[in-house]
Amino acid sequence: MSEATVRAPSTAAEHPVPTGLWVWRYIILRRISQVGILLLFFGTLHWGWEFSKDVGLLSGNLSASTFIGLIPLTDPFAALQIFLTGHVLAQESLIGVAVVLGFYLLVGGRVFCSWVCPVNLVTDAAGWLRNKLGILAIFHLPRGLRYFILAATLVITVISGLAAFEWVSPIGMMHREIIFGLGMGFTALLAIFLFDLLILKHGWCGHLCPLGAFYSLIGKTALIRVRFDKNTCTHCAECAKVCPEPQVLNLKKLEERGYVFSGECSNCGRCTPICPEGSLKFDFKPLIRGHNVQADAIAVQRRTK
Amino acid sequence: MSDSSQPGLDSRRRDFLVKLAQGAALAGTGGLLWDYILRNEARAAPYALRPPGALDEDDFNAACIKCGQCVVDCPPLILKLQPAGGSLPIGMPYFDPRTGPCIMCPDIPCMKACPTGALSPSLKKIEDARMGLAVIDIENCLSWKGLRCEICHRECPIKGKAITLETHPRQISKHAMFVPLVHSDACTGCGICEKACPTTIAAIRILPHKLVQGKIGEHYRLGWTFDTEVTQDFKSPEAVEPAGPGAAVPKTAPGVDYLNEGGL
Repeated sequence: MSEATVRAPSTAAEHPVPTGLWVWRYIILRRISQVGILLLFFGTLHWGWEFSKDVGLLSGNLSASTFIGLIPLTDPFAALQIFLTGHVLAQESLIGVAVVLGFYLLVGGRVFCSWVCPVNLVTDAAGWLRNKLGILAIFHLPRGLRYFILAATLVITVISGLAAFEWVSPIGMMHREIIFGLGMGFTALLAIFLFDLLILKHGWCGHLCPLGAFYSLIGKTALIRVRFDKNTCTHCAECAKVCPEPQVLNLKKLEERGYVFSGECSNCGRCTPICPEGSLKFDFKPLIRGHNVQADAIAVQRRTK
Repeated sequence: MSDSSQPGLDSRRRDFLVKLAQGAALAGTGGLLWDYILRNEARAAPYALRPPGALDEDDFNAACIKCGQCVVDCPPLILKLQPAGGSLPIGMPYFDPRTGPCIMCPDIPCMKACPTGALSPSLKKIEDARMGLAVIDIENCLSWKGLRCEICHRECPIKGKAITLETHPRQISKHAMFVPLVHSDACTGCGICEKACPTTIAAIRILPHKLVQGKIGEHYRLGWTFDTEVTQDFKSPEAVEPAGPGAAVPKTAPGVDYLNEGGL
């Protein structure tokens, strides 16, 4: 039982699950990022925040915006839908797509989901409350459903000639209505909150949202990853308890790759501080290979001892 | 002998086909519902007044990314993005001339802010914008009631072209009526007249062209508007150029010669 010896060095008693404010560091940073981005948009419109004279700081919303009057940013999924309606996009929005796509290809597509998307504030609140209340599942849906919804979005866009998701997106509604004036969009958010709270755990972000599915697909090349150290992991599964996408923490795949490979990981930073052994850590992908070689050597050493 | 009772290939194939049918049915129902919601949402589009340079309704619906950069860059901040549950299609810019008319900035900053081209950069001069058309309710217009109002005429930024005054003489003890008339070849639909109109509910209002403008039809010949003689020289319909704005109207038509013989 060589595996047992690998696991032996640390026990739950030796390494309790960390607690305290430090564990919350990524969650706090994420909230600052999410609210901060909203605030930049809001301040530019309502308080006249300027980069220089008559040049707004961040003008627009998450669908498309201009940063310091110079850098266009465009939601690549919205642009894809508009492209499929048959409209030829102006150059500015194409540059915007390149900038945004390039950024998320580097840091991980679903970084949008947990660091930028305002709906994440709602679904995280629902998830937290669901845990507190210990609400049990009514039914399960396959997490792959979102990819079908993504495909449906594109098909319906072609058929109807309207950007199918942009016209119904609760993300767009929330963002627009916070920045440009309130409407009935909050009812959609309330529906998502109740759905996530009472019906399906991580229902919206983890099962349905086609934008999340889109970003999962482009997240495969990301350079910022959660590294996994197989020698220190005790399989305590504390990480899977807090992870909103626990299927990405598949142990077999983690041991094979040495990092969280799936594009569905949103780099939310819940698992890394909670790990009692510190086996999960954010790392730069090119450096992970070196770690893996080292880890393999240690494992072999231990087995041969 | 049913397939499902037999383990093996056939039963698996049956299961697969049933799954396929179920999946297709689910996708079909969901898709139809989604498509219905979209079309329902887009239904109110003909009633919206869009910023200058906006593409035609269908193209604008398709192209607008709902980012609101036109709203941010509008100097008088009259543009709004329609929130969910409103009377116009969701998320797209519009303005309400009664509360905030377009002030017709010469540099058209809203159009320049548009990243997708939904507000088309082919609009070079703000005077060429056609956001809507001013329409007068002559039953409630003060000028048409015989008062000397004419505020719309004086406020109109396309002075003397978009709104002109016409005098209608009346009987001896009353002064003539000075009634405003709108000309669609000059009116940009900015809505400054609607904002200025002093009646409780504006008697001059901006409406999208589609809702108010008729079309005369190509077969009418307004012979008296030409100084050339109407003759029987008739071009076959294929040879007639399609009539667009500014296109030459054929000078001749068949069978109308009697109009020129002094009978009428």
